[in-house]
Parts: sequence; C-alpha cells; structure tokens
Amino acid sequence: MASRRDFIKISALGIGGMALGAGALKLLAEDSTFDPFSPITQFSRIPTYCEVCFWKCAGWTYTDDKGKIVKVIGNDEDPHCNGRLCPRGTGGIGMYYDEDRLLTPLVRVSENGKQTFRQASWEEALGIVAENLKKIADKYGPESLALFKHGSSGHYFEQLVKAYGSGNIVSPSYAQCRGPREVGWKATFGTTVGSPEPTDIRDTRCLVLIGSHIGENMHNGQVQEMSEAIDRGADIITVDPRYSTAASKSRHWLPIKPATDLALLLAWIHVIINEELYDKGYVEQYTFGFDRLKQHVRRMTPEWAYGITGIQPKAIRETARLMGSAAPSVIVHPGRHVTWYGDDTQRSRAIAILNALLGSWGRRGGFYFDESVRLPEFPIPEFPEPKWDWRATLDGRFPLAATGISNAMIEASIPKEGKDSRIKGWFVSGTNLPLTIPNRPQLEEAIQALDFMVVVDTMPMEVTGYADVVLPECTYFERYDELRTSPHREPYLALRMPAAAPKGDSKPAWWIAKQIAEKLGLGSYFPYEDFKEVLDWQLKQVGSSLEEMQKAGVKQFERRSPLYLKENEPFTFRTSTGKIELYSKEFEQYGFAPLPNYTPHPEPPDNYYRLNYGRAPMHTFSRTSNNPNLTDLMDENDLWVNPKVARIWGMKNGQEVWLRNQDGVISSFPIKVRITERIRWDSVYMVHGFGHNNKKLSRAFGKGASDSELITNPVPDPIMGGTGMRGTFVTFLLEEPIKAVES
Amino acid sequence: MNEEIIISGRNIPMVDPHLNIWHWPISVYLFLGGLAAGILFFAGLYTILGRDKNLPTAVKWSTFVAPFALVLGLIALFVDLKHQWYFWRLYTTIRIESPMSWGAWVLLFITPLSFVWSASYLGELIPGWDWKLGILKRFDRWVQANRLPLAWIMAILSLILGIYTGILLSAFNARPLWNTALLGPLFLTSGLSTGAAAIMWMSGKKDERQFFTRIDLILIAIELFFIIHLFMGFLAGPEVQLEAAELFLNGPFTLPFWGLVVGLGLILPAILEMLELRGWKIPAALPALLILIGGLLFRIIIVEAGEITRYLY
Amino acid sequence: MRYAMAIDTKKCVGCSDCVVACQIENNVPVGYCRDWVTETVHGSYPNLELELRSERCNHCDNAPCVRCCPTGASYIAEGGIVLVEGDKCIGCGACIESCPYDARFSHPEGYVDKCTFCIHRVRKGQEPACVSACPTHCMYFGDLDDPASDISRVLKNRKYKVLAPEAGTKPQVYYLV
Ligand SMILES: Nc1nc2c(c(=O)[nH]1)N[C@H]1C(S)=C(S)[C@@H](COP(=O)(O)OP(=O)(O)OC[C@H]3O[C@@H](n4cnc5c(=O)[nH]c(N)nc54)[C@H](O)[C@@H]3O)O[C@H]1N2
Ligand SMILES: Nc1nc2c(c(=O)[nH]1)N[C@H]1C(S)=C(S)[C@@H](COP(=O)(O)OP(=O)(O)OC[C@H]3O[C@@H](n4cnc5c(=O)[nH]c(N)nc54)[C@H](O)[C@@H]3O)O[C@H]1N2
Ligand code: SF4
Ligand code: SF4
Ligand code: SF4
Ligand code: SF4
Ligand code: SF4
Ligand SMILES: [Mo]
Repeated sequence: MASRRDFIKISALGIGGMALGAGALKLLAEDSTFDPFSPITQFSRIPTYCEVCFWKCAGWTYTDDKGKIVKVIGNDEDPHCNGRLCPRGTGGIGMYYDEDRLLTPLVRVSENGKQTFRQASWEEALGIVAENLKKIADKYGPESLALFKHGSSGHYFEQLVKAYGSGNIVSPSYAQCRGPREVGWKATFGTTVGSPEPTDIRDTRCLVLIGSHIGENMHNGQVQEMSEAIDRGADIITVDPRYSTAASKSRHWLPIKPATDLALLLAWIHVIINEELYDKGYVEQYTFGFDRLKQHVRRMTPEWAYGITGIQPKAIRETARLMGSAAPSVIVHPGRHVTWYGDDTQRSRAIAILNALLGSWGRRGGFYFDESVRLPEFPIPEFPEPKWDWRATLDGRFPLAATGISNAMIEASIPKEGKDSRIKGWFVSGTNLPLTIPNRPQLEEAIQALDFMVVVDTMPMEVTGYADVVLPECTYFERYDELRTSPHREPYLALRMPAAAPKGDSKPAWWIAKQIAEKLGLGSYFPYEDFKEVLDWQLKQVGSSLEEMQKAGVKQFERRSPLYLKENEPFTFRTSTGKIELYSKEFEQYGFAPLPNYTPHPEPPDNYYRLNYGRAPMHTFSRTSNNPNLTDLMDENDLWVNPKVARIWGMKNGQEVWLRNQDGVISSFPIKVRITERIRWDSVYMVHGFGHNNKKLSRAFGKGASDSELITNPVPDPIMGGTGMRGTFVTFLLEEPIKAVES
Repeated sequence: MNEEIIISGRNIPMVDPHLNIWHWPISVYLFLGGLAAGILFFAGLYTILGRDKNLPTAVKWSTFVAPFALVLGLIALFVDLKHQWYFWRLYTTIRIESPMSWGAWVLLFITPLSFVWSASYLGELIPGWDWKLGILKRFDRWVQANRLPLAWIMAILSLILGIYTGILLSAFNARPLWNTALLGPLFLTSGLSTGAAAIMWMSGKKDERQFFTRIDLILIAIELFFIIHLFMGFLAGPEVQLEAAELFLNGPFTLPFWGLVVGLGLILPAILEMLELRGWKIPAALPALLILIGGLLFRIIIVEAGEITRYLY
Repeated sequence: MRYAMAIDTKKCVGCSDCVVACQIENNVPVGYCRDWVTETVHGSYPNLELELRSERCNHCDNAPCVRCCPTGASYIAEGGIVLVEGDKCIGCGACIESCPYDARFSHPEGYVDKCTFCIHRVRKGQEPACVSACPTHCMYFGDLDDPASDISRVLKNRKYKVLAPEAGTKPQVYYLV
C-alpha cells in the first residue's frame, strides 16, 4: 500500500535543477588559463559569517570583476576564526554552486496514484502553506503545529510560529547534542556552557578531552587554540576509545573502554581529593557539598576504575596529578555532542565537578566569563500565549529539559491507543531530520500521521522528500540574516550580507516567514519591507549602523565585567545555594542522584560491535555531503575495523559490507572497510552524515552508510531527555542483503 | 600494522592510485625507434665497411622499413602527448639535460635521412624507376655520390637514437624500476637485436641471413646477461628496488616477463637460430617475429611496471 | 632568495583546508589537486603513532622535472620556485614521470600543472593560499636566505625531515617532527 506521504526520491523536481545543471561547476573550472599567476585581480569583498556549522566564523566573500563569487576567507578581526576558516568554511562556496540546489518551490501532487513533486510559484506554494496552517489552527488549535529548526533560518520561523500561537519549537542541538552538558553545568555552576564554549585553551597548561575530538570536530576557534596550546607545550590528555587525531597529539591518551567514562571521572575526583590536588581556597570559598563528595568517592579508587575502564591505575593517578599541578589553568572540556549513553547529564556533572575542584571555572587557562553584545529586539507585538507547549509533550518526563525534546515532539505526533496525536503539522527548516534524529521508524510513523508538513531547505535533502510543500531558501551567500551576537572573550557583532542575488527562485528565510505571516494575517509581526531595516535599527541602538558593518563585517564592543574571577573575589553563582554545587540540590529535589554515579551499560553481544561515530574535519553532518568542493576531499565515509576483527571476518581493505543492528535494521547502502589500528576490537567507527538516499543529491546518493539509520534504540536521559545514541551494536553482512521490494 | 593513506580524497586521473601517464603508444614508439635505429645502424655500418655487395638487405632493402617505423613511432608519440598542438615547442629550444629533447632533435634529422637513404635505392629496387623532376634527379645523384659521409652521419645518429630510446626511461630516477644504468644498454641491445631480426627476416641470401643470425645470437646473449644483472642489482638495492623486482619475481609481471619476453622473445628464438645455423630448416620469419614481438612486449611491460614503482616516504 | 615551506606535523590535524583553499584559489578543476594530505599510522592498538602531512611539490633544489623537460616549459623561477609555463608544455609527461613525489598532474586542458608556491600571491607579499588558510597555523612559508624569516627560525629551533631524501632531489618542503 502506498502511504499518503511517500518519501519522494526521484521526481519532477528534476526540471528546475536540471535546467541550471552542471553549469556552475564548469564555470569554476573554465577560467583556468596557462597563467599560473592567477588571472583574477579585481576583487570586491562582502562581509558574511559562515553557515556550514554553528561556530559562525565571520569572513569575507570575494567576488570578481564580473560579480561572480570566487572565494570566502576569514575576517582577521573575528575572534571565532582569526582570519582563517576551517575546510568546510573555505569550501562553503560549494553550497552556493551546488547544481543540485533547490531553486523553486515544490508541491506534492498525486499522478496516476504515484506521488511526486510539481514546481510551483511562490504565490501558490505559500498559499497552500497558509491554508493548511489555518486549517490546523481551526481544527486543533495553533499549538498543534511544531517547528523543527536549526541554523539561522530558525529565528524567522520561530517568530512566525510563536505569532501563530505555538510554543512547540525544537532543535536537534539540544536533545541530540549539547543538552545534557548544559543541564549538568547549570546544576553545578548555575550557568550553561553555551556556544562557542568559553574554554581558555589558548592559555591553558592542561587540556583534558573526554571524547571531544577536536581536530576532527573542526570548531574553528578551538582547533586554533589547541594548536597554540601545543606550541606552548601544554599537556593534552585525551580519553577516547578510538585513537583520534587529538589523541595522537596528546601527552596521555587513555584508550578507555566505551561507556565507562563516569568511572574514570569519579576515580580522578577520588585522586584529586585524596591527594589534595584540588584548589583549596577556591573549593572552600565557592563550592557547596565538598564533604559529601569526598565521602561519595571514597571507594572509587583508580584500582576500582581500572576494572571498569581498562585504564591503568598508574595512568589515572599520573593524569590526575598533571591536572592538579596545572590547576587552575586546566580545562576538563565539557564536550559538545554529549548524548551518548543516557546518563550523560550525570557524566557532564562529573566533568563540571572536576573542573570545580581544579578551580578552573572563571580562571585564566580554564574557563573565562564570556560576554556578548546586548542587542535590543526589533519591536513587534506580544506573542499570543499558547494553551500548552512542548512541556506537555514530555508527559511528565525529563523535568530538567530546558527546551523541546525532538523525539518527544515526534512521539506526540503519533496517535496512540484511540487517542489522537497532539501534534498535527510540522514546519521544518534547516534540519535534515532523517539523518539527524535517532529512531527513524518512529520518525516515519509520525510523519505518516501528520496532516501537513512544510520543509524549508537549500538542498533536496531527505527531509524534503516527506514534505507536502518544499520551500527553497537561498544560501548564506545570498541573503541578510540576523547579526551574530555569540559571546566571546570580548563582545562582538558580525554581519552577514548577500554577495550575489539568490539563484533561481530561492529566497531568504526572513522573506518566506514574512510572506506566510501576511497570508495568515500576522503581518504585524514582520513590520518591515526588508530585513536590512531591522539590522540597521538594531545596530543604531548600539551605536553602529548597517553602513559601518557592511564595511567592517565585525565590530568589537567593550566588556562590561572582568574576564576572570579576581583573587578571592566574592561571587554568587546562580544556583540555589549561590555556590558551585558539587552536591546538586536541584537534582536532589527532582529525585535524581545529587552526586554522579557510575552505572554499567549494555555491551555488544557476540559477533556484534559497538557503533561509534564522529566527525570528519571536512564535513558537517549531512549538509555538506553533496558539496562539490568538499566531496572532492571526501565523498563517502568508511567503516573503521580493527585488524583483529577484519581477520576473524576475512575482510579486506576497501571491501564493501552492509551493517545490521541489534534490532535487525540493515544499512541501505554498503560501506567500505578501512582496516586500522585506530579503532578497538569491540567497536567500529564511521563518520556521521553519509548514506544519503535521495537520488537528487547527485554526488551524495548512496555514498557510504548512515549511522542515523542504524541508531534505532536511543537511550533517553531521564533528567533532560537527551537521546543516548552510542548504545548501537552492529554486525557485518559481507554479501548484499536481499531487500524487500519497494512498494 | 602500518597504514599509509591519503585522506584528502586525492584521486587524480592518470596519477592515482599509481602513475599511468604513459600508455602503450610510448612503448610502441620506443620499440619502433629502437627497430629503426638498429636497421639504420647496420646499414650505415656496413656501408662504411664497404659490404653493401654481400649484405644488400642490411644496407639497402631493410632500410625501407626505417622511415615507416620512424613516422609511425612519431605518430604514436604524438598520440600520447596531452597538449599536442604545442608539439612545435620541442623545436624552439635545445635542452642538453633532457633525453626527450635529444630524441626530438635526432628524429628531426634521422627521419628525413632515412627517407633519403632508402629512396636512393629505389632505382635499384624498381628497374626503370624515374624521379621525373629534375631537382629530384639531381638530389638523387648527389646522395649516390656522398653515400659514405651520409653513412657515417646515419650510423652516428642511429646510435644516438638507439641510446636515447634506451636511456629515456633510465633517466627517471623517480621510478625505481627504471633507475638503473643497465636499462639503457639493455634497450640499445634489444633495439639492435630487433633490427638484426628484421634484416634476417627480409634477407633472401642465405649467407647474409646466417651472418645476421650470428649477430642476433650475440645480441640475445648480451641481453640475457644484462637482464640477469639488472635483477641482481635490484635485489642488492634499496627497498624500493626490491619492491620493483618483486613485481617481476613474484608479482603481476612474473609470467608476462619471464614467459613471454625472456622465454618466447629471447630464449626460444635463440634456440631456433642456433638450430638454423646447424642446418635445420627453420622458417626465417619465425625467430624474427618472436624477437620483434618480444621486443615490443618488453617495452610495454617495462613502461607499465616502472610507473607502478615509486619512492616510499 | 630561497623560498621554502615548513609544516609542523605536531600541529597539523589533517583537516585538508590547505587542499580546498588551494583548489579554490588556483582554479584547480574538481577532481584534481595541487596538494594533498597523508596519514600514516604505526604500531598496534593502543600503542600507536600517527603522522599527518600536507604534501605538495617540494620545489626541489635539484629538480629532475626541470631537467627532463624537453621544451623548457618547466623552469625555475625566482627563489627556486619550480613552475610550468602552460603554453610551452607539450604534455609529454616526462616531468610527471621524473617526480618522486607524484606532485605533478596533467591538467584536463593538456598541460602539466602543479603547486606554484602561489607565486602570484608571494609576489604581492602575501602567503600562499594554503598557508594563509591553515587553521592550525602549522605551515610556515618564507625565505631561507633571510635568517629573520619565520621559516628560518622554525627550522633552526626544531627537528625536521624532508621526504625521500634518497631520491636526491633536495626538497624544499620541510616537515617539523
Ligand atoms: N547519528 C547521528 N545523529 C546526529 C549526530 C551524530 O553525530 N550522529 N549529531 C547530532 C548533532 S551534535 C547535531 S548538532 C545535529 C545536527 O543536525 P542538523 O542541523 O539537522 O544537521 P544536518 O544534517 O547538517 O542538516 C542541516 C539541514 O539544513 C539544511 N541547510 C543548510 N543550510 C541551510 C540554510 O541556510 N537554510 C535552510 N533553510 N536550510 C539549510 C541542509 O541542507 C540540511 O538539510 O545532529 C545530531 N544528530
Ligand atoms: N568537522 C566538523 N566539526 C564539527 C561538526 C561537524 O559536523 N563537522 N559538528 C559540530 C557539532 S554541532 C558538535 S556537537 C561537535 C561534536 O564534536 P564532539 O563533541 O567532539 O563529538 P563527540 O561525538 O562527543 O565525540 C566523538 C568522539 O567521541 C569518541 N567516543 C565514542 N564513544 C566514547 C566513549 O564512550 N567515551 C569517550 N571518552 N569517547 C567516546 C569517539 O571515538 C570520537 O572520537 O562537533 C562540532 N564540530
Ligand atoms: S568552524 Fe568552519 S564551518 Fe564552522 S562556521 Fe567556522 S568556518 Fe564555518
Ligand atoms: S590546513 Fe593545516 S592543519 Fe589542515 S591539513 Fe592542511 S596543513 Fe594540516
Ligand atoms: S617535487 Fe617533483 S615536481 Fe616538484 S620540483 Fe621536485 S621533482 Fe619537480
Ligand atoms: S609535460 Fe610539459 S612541462 Fe612536463 S616535461 Fe613535458 S613539456 Fe615539460
Ligand atoms: S602554495 Fe599555493 S599552489 Fe602550492 S599547494 Fe599551497 S595553495 Fe596550492
Ligand atoms: Mo551538535
């Protein structure tokens, strides 16, 4: 039976894309001449900040004398990048030139019983969107619309959805990314970590990375500062079951058994307390619950941890002493993608506690107090108060969740035992849900049950295949966006402005949101003709102007308070006790362990291996896997397999295998084996973001395998709803599995 | 386990995963160049030695092959150029250190010379041949009159050509298989041997054929000697050359090289030639063809295998 | 003047920004590259060593590619930079065969192409594109004859190696180890 919302892989979508076709890339190549002394001499530069990941480096887009975008480089004045983009940022222009881009609105139609997309005018597509949103509001109330968003475009649709009357707004950057860390940190220090992380790596004497694979995780400023730290001879300690790039640069690599980090952290705390390596003045003045902590870790010796983690007690002591001797100029990195095993908030707590003992929070070489520019909001009317919001979708679970939980929102879209679902419509922008959210069967079930789904994207990513209407956004090279206000050592603003007109019929998100709002009679929430007006108004409130920013790209402002704690400075933390809570009152109140504990996690059964995943420095999730410049660097992921395992299975380098997980889900595509000592014998490893199954992605389709597709049993973090994704076990299929015929 | 991989996705056509810039036309070119060099060398040599009477095939008839071989060889070379219409750039400079440049210039002179040389025997070959045009007649007379100095020039140029086709590859230090002083003499010998084989085949005179059979046997013996020393050198050499030798001793080229080139292309014809000298009736074409095919295969294999071998670092 | 490059393998993370920056700056067609990154792993888990290296033409002091070029298309420009003049090149491939580093390739248009040390930028006083993009600042470029240059200083203070020294090409890209 054909379901109502067939995933549309190949479709009429072609025509528009084809028409523009191969041209763009050829152009890039065609300029080549015999002259090795680069032909282009007349450049203009236009400020932007990068949208290839969420570090948001400010840069300059260069155009040649014909106005063609030729390159993008970092802005020297910007502290996020110090004039140097990462490979993804440098290759970001591929996003603009990608000939597979979405260039016209598409609407789902049924032709001879087959569903396909038809190109539509903006007027028609927006009309369909507005009509359906109205229907949902009338039938179920506006609360039944959920917004899934990530990246810059999210802001405008958040405004739209709130004006419409819904508070059901979620981002994958919470429950699939840094949520547990923010909750763990807030419980401890009274403040979240935020982005960019205020790690003072540049000046640190000791950097401890727990899983955090900086160097592969290319968050630019961190990578740069880690390199500076190496130059300065800082000690790096890396805890990772895989020999990561960072591990290879470390003085100590602790090849931990996966899923046992909490035991190591507790043992470190044990040593640091027992050998009195902690910062006594700091602990006494600023922390709460030291004695209880001391009591708690009394038996958690390195010998105890050795049995769990496989790390030699000697190495545990040595590294603890190294941290102690560097303190407070030490960073036990909070990590970023921390939704691993479902007890991630507790692991983050342990990391926070360790930092507190070492006195690194608010100290030079530890964590600085970041600051951002306080930019007034452009005046718009008050949003209506929704009758219920994302909290209702949690059904009393995850009491410390600070925002919506994507999987809970998805669950709430599925009708259950005679009960209708709460969520009836989805608005999706800038997030490729099928390759982002664990538990794809659940996702697909939810989508099938929806009344309406609209997706805004720049590319024909998988998520667009499920939509009723697809709206093409132009890329970040072709639009104004909100000012970047992210915090840093000094407060900064950065401007993004268009370097070229939008290709085809693509439009900026602010324009799309405004049009829909007007059709819904909510135009007063977008009281401007052009987003430029908002930027200029905001900039004028802080003593600058759009004109100034168009020339400079970034602007530095004065700090309002000191970067670090002063010696013995009285300081009130925003916790219930006003102190750094080694012992969490908040957790206690909610019935969670106020001091972190190690609990064992399931282990792979025979012939199964733990599916480990991570980043490749030249790609961002699934969004770059079709980028012509970046696929040139890496066009598929491979499966890291330990030589011992390869021998058992008789696998050869480069051989294609399929993977089957513990729930019997088989990867859609094969993945090539890389036999390497860099991975343990109990795990396999792949880079996240590959294994695309939308044929419209001409370079990415069928290249490599998708980790997301295999993660079908996320372990929820009871505290805040994070989805632990590293409990997946896979086995190899050496021959192509026979698949059920597609209906 | 040691791993060495490129992680930035490099996969350049004709360079990765291993070099494949030169294809069979280059081997054909080297083969035809060597063959022409052999023929012209013998023609020049025996003209100088005044043996044109009893070695007519060597001095006269076989040389008709040379211009065709050279032109075909040049076409093959041209086919494998990637920027063909800049070909003339070869003749805007002389690069003393570049064997290619030497080759280009030698060919510029020896190709017309080979035409002139063989054309001057057209009259003998085709009774009643008439050059028609006065200028051609005069030129033909001039050639006949200056045959000896021309023979000297031809012998010297053909020797340079022969050496060039040999050292062309060995000049490339970067390819461990080619990086040996023995490869030049080996190619030169092989070129002379193919030349001798061609003469053997074309000659209708028994004594001339036997004479060149003897020459060829000596050349084959020298070749085998060089080949053995080549591999002894490799086995005593650095790791990269050991790896190069591996390709031939226990690798993809073992059978083609030892079976086809050495067995069918050198040893078998040598046996046939010896039997012929002992008075057996062997068709002249058989050993000659084996040697010619062997010579071509030899070049194809060495070019291809050489491109696989590389420095490790 | 002797231009050279030094790359700190202790800092390089193998991100390949140097590669994509070069491709974009120099209009290198998709599918080709003038520089590339290698990874070598030694040992067995968990006793491992990893080296990451950004590689390119070494602008050899004793450049076989220049010697073997029959047309003079390959030549040595100021500061020892080895260049190819496209409209002198016949595409014979001799230089490609002669390079022990496989640093040259046949451009789809027929002529041979390779790293130019970004001479067009260097002449303007800028750093090569790869050097100026590298987020870890692990690449140094400059004049070896100037003892005050970054590269002279870094080579004075650090241990280094070159690739395949036994090939006798005297490479001028140094790897700090
Ligand atoms: N299996 C697995 N799942 C994961 C992770 C993992 O490592 N493994 N990582 C998790 C983490 S840490 C995070 S933060 C999330 C990230 O999750 P996502 O942000 O969903 O990641 P992407 O796959 O990059 O999807 C981005 C989508 O935005 C689109 N896009 C790009 N630019 C624009 C734009 O300018 N406008 C609009 N409208 N759309 C744009 C892209 O085409 C793509 O469809 O994934 C999480 N999920
Ligand atoms: N190039 C690139 N950089 C990126 C991104 C990108 O897409 N591409 N995305 C950005 C985003 S949004 C995020 S959230 C970050 C994520 O980057 P990180 O926070 O660094 O990512 P993690 O997934 O936490 O870490 C992955 C590492 O954890 C190791 N690991 C796996 N299991 C365990 C375990 O049980 N214990 C320990 N100690 N380690 C383990 C893996 O071997 C791998 O090396 O990256 C950011 N930077
Ligand atoms: S870290 Fe890289 S991808 Fe992310 S914003 Fe900066 S340049 Fe762009
Ligand atoms: S850009 Fe720098 S860090 Fe990245 S691979 Fe190149 S040399 Fe290494
Ligand atoms: S690295 Fe290769 S191409 Fe570059 S100068 Fe040396 S031999 Fe020539
Ligand atoms: S390919 Fe071009 S540059 Fe290279 S040797 Fe031949 S003519 Fe010279
Ligand atoms: S110096 Fe210039 S040409 Fe050479 S690799 Fe770097 S960017 Fe490319
Ligand atoms: Mo993330």
